[in-house]
Amino acid sequence: MSYCKQDGKDRVIFVTKEDHETPSNAELVADDPDDPYEEQGLILPNGEINWNCPCLGGMASGPCGSQFKEAFSCFHYSKEEVKGSECINQFRGMQECMQKYPELYPQEEDKESSPEAESKSGSASADSSALLSKNDSIPSTSAASSDSMSSTNSPSAS
Amino acid sequence: MLKCRTVWKKLAPLARASSTVCRQNVRRAGLTNGRIPIRVPTAHMSTGPAGGGGDNLKYALLVGLAGIGGLTYAVKTLRGDQKRYEERIAEIESRPHKATKGPVTDVQTAAPAAEASETDAVPEPELEAAPSPEEPSPPAENAAPDAEAVAHDAEAAPSSKTTEPPPADEPVVEASPEEAAAPAAVPVVEEAAEPVVEAPVDTTAPAAEPVVEEAHEPVVEASPVEAAPPAAIPVVEEELPPPTEPSPAELSEPEPAPTLVEESVTLTEPAAAAEPPATAPPEPQSEVVAESAVDSTPASAKVPSHAPYLLIGGGTASFAAARSIRARDPGAKVLIVTDEPDLPYMRPPLSKELWFSDDPSVTETLRFKQWNGKERSIYFQPPSFYIKPEDFDSAENGGVAVLTCRKVVHMDVRGNKVKLDDNIEISYDKCLVATGGIPRNLQVIERAGEEVKKRTTLFRKIEDFKSLEKVSRNINSITIIGGGFLGSELACALGRRSTESGLEVIQMFPEKGNMGKVLPEYLSNWTTEKVKREGVKVITESLVKSVTYKDDKLEIHLKDGRLVKTDHIVAAVGLEPNIDLAKSAGLEVDSDFGGYRVNAELQARSNIWVAGDAACFYDIRLGRRRVEHHDHAVVSGRLAGENMTGANKPYWHQSMFWSDLGPDVGYEAIGIVDSSLPTVGVFAKATAKDTPKAATEQSGTGIRSESETEDTATSPVASATPPPVVEHKDDYGKGVIFYLRDKVVVGIILWNVFNRMPIARKIIKDGEEHADLNEVAKLFNIHED
Repeated sequence: MSYCKQDGKDRVIFVTKEDHETPSNAELVADDPDDPYEEQGLILPNGEINWNCPCLGGMASGPCGSQFKEAFSCFHYSKEEVKGSECINQFRGMQECMQKYPELYPQEEDKESSPEAESKSGSASADSSALLSKNDSIPSTSAASSDSMSSTNSPSAS
Repeated sequence: MLKCRTVWKKLAPLARASSTVCRQNVRRAGLTNGRIPIRVPTAHMSTGPAGGGGDNLKYALLVGLAGIGGLTYAVKTLRGDQKRYEERIAEIESRPHKATKGPVTDVQTAAPAAEASETDAVPEPELEAAPSPEEPSPPAENAAPDAEAVAHDAEAAPSSKTTEPPPADEPVVEASPEEAAAPAAVPVVEEAAEPVVEAPVDTTAPAAEPVVEEAHEPVVEASPVEAAPPAAIPVVEEELPPPTEPSPAELSEPEPAPTLVEESVTLTEPAAAAEPPATAPPEPQSEVVAESAVDSTPASAKVPSHAPYLLIGGGTASFAAARSIRARDPGAKVLIVTDEPDLPYMRPPLSKELWFSDDPSVTETLRFKQWNGKERSIYFQPPSFYIKPEDFDSAENGGVAVLTCRKVVHMDVRGNKVKLDDNIEISYDKCLVATGGIPRNLQVIERAGEEVKKRTTLFRKIEDFKSLEKVSRNINSITIIGGGFLGSELACALGRRSTESGLEVIQMFPEKGNMGKVLPEYLSNWTTEKVKREGVKVITESLVKSVTYKDDKLEIHLKDGRLVKTDHIVAAVGLEPNIDLAKSAGLEVDSDFGGYRVNAELQARSNIWVAGDAACFYDIRLGRRRVEHHDHAVVSGRLAGENMTGANKPYWHQSMFWSDLGPDVGYEAIGIVDSSLPTVGVFAKATAKDTPKAATEQSGTGIRSESETEDTATSPVASATPPPVVEHKDDYGKGVIFYLRDKVVVGIILWNVFNRMPIARKIIKDGEEHADLNEVAKLFNIHED
């Protein structure tokens, strides 16, 4: 049972779990998904990639930004059955660039040791699809950079 | 004016008297000419005569005397000015100028040495003048002495320093003019002006040598060619000959030139772009030679003359903008100019996580462990992310370069360029002003004298953290003045230390409770109790009247008569936005909130945007405001970056902020959270699961970081929270507080309720009037985890 008290201009309500079980009748304004003002997710309404998405961390803006953009764009627009299979060169280029900056892009052991171009592209595209999923768990290649700024989706900066 | 009249009144009788005498003299003269003296009564006008022969003579005399006096005065002043100017130059040169003293004097002596060794110009041609990038940046200042030196044509230059170079010059010159040039370049490096080339004055380089000989010798051998140009530059302004063709002929030209030295001329030199390869070799030299110099030296090798995107300030907003620009404009070249010696870093851990670190070397590494165990540095990116300023022009894919320890002192909006404190000019296409602010100080401390000021910390930067960390280990008592975010967080952090070290931590502020200006009174009181439990002695409602230093202790006298004795003070009483550039740039400053006034798109004027703490912007939803929080810096920086690349979006995505005051008080907030607004708080009973620590454990995101010592802290919390539902205890365990303005929710605090910020953001965005806020509170599911 909830109760309420007034402390000058401040009102305080204590509520129990039961009090809040009934659904809220507060009305919220419907969101326009195409609102240009809103922060966009990874994919813009017109289908393009939002390179400024916080979820990408610093991937598109770092020293290997252009290689990353090429590889990821190729993957994104790929219509092959195995998505991104024609993008091996771009991914390789990106990987080579990233290897030059181990501090920025810490490499995982298994990825580096795999000799096959295919498995490399496989893991790289797996990373890309992980990026697409927009969740908080960060794939290894972008671990360092994604953490580097506070994402507005997460409550606080780290 | 009145003074003039009184003076004139006094002088008038004198004038009359003298005029009478004059007239009489004239009369006598007239007598000798055979005229009959007629005493004509002269009509004296109170304002002085304006006619009559004697008067004319008198006036001619007066005017003549005045003219002579004026001329004498002018000449004297000019001479004095010149002398003072030279003294000033000498003084500047002799100041430790971010590098060894030698280099500075070297540059100074360079010019005089130039002509001294003019005859040695012959070796010049050998120099392939890969003009080194270095350009002594006190070129402007050097120009004058250089001019002098040149004028006197190889005579000892006005500066006394030059006496050294000539003799030393010779051996150096013989040794190897090119190589000698290199070290000269080296000391000059730190100023890092344009590689305007100008090989000819290579000889000047050797001059630089003398003062820094021994150290340079090895360097000299190591690096052929290059050099010279730096010293040459001030003298060789107009030159800009092809970098690789130093010729003796050019030497003669510099002579008349020196007066110029407007870097803008040199800096705009496209030749500079040709220099990049040359810059590489000098770079390592400079590192070697300048090893004793401040860290900034290597980074300041060469300053780009033009930056398509220029960001003034190297903090959070600036970095966010840089990232945004790079993401949207492929191959963008972004130049960040900051007056701090550090690369961009985030501030929140300086008053929270870094204090909880177990690592004894944390002040060096500046790494902190987030709650999920993942460690990271406070720097946004490691140094390898950035490109060097000297590679700025040549980077084909662009990049972000950071110029540290440089302050922008003047902004020319019409000419689209800024001037740094070392007189280098950088032109831009788009500019962001993200200068943040400087901590405010209490007037009473400002007036209290050196001993007190020495023991006061104004906390904001990395160096403040380092010094406070060190101080807190060596003293018995520390007092924090200020009860806001920073003060309370520092008090809690230091209070935690007090349990181990026995440090007495006192916090005092004029409000009734911690965060008194943010939280409604009941919550503020509750928070204060929590802070006290962290080991802090909280003195509320205290106004500092004066601070004195007595018997090796600081004595803080409060207005109500209380006396607090302590060893060190931390003043956390607000931030003064840095608006130094407002005057020169003609930017509007807001009188209500402070900071630069910008529109909803964060634009101040064409091609100039402002973001972060310094921006007073128009929030479409909440009205004009200025926000001093980390997330706002990120959001506004990112928005500014987007708008600088053509997006034209207004400030729409609300930024949030958060605070953790100890293990069991944590909240996130969004919008206008001002305790003077009416509030409605909806609370549930908190369980042991509702702490910041639990929140991170559950979501696994590690965004709220607490130290491992939280483990033990949670058990007392669990027992403290009353489980039975029926009780109506006023325990504000967790809940939602709405801040209302005209019945519309403008601010929300999520009290120990996490991961629900998107809902809060939506409610504020809607801006609706809700009849029953309890219903709105239901949206947050506060009872659930």
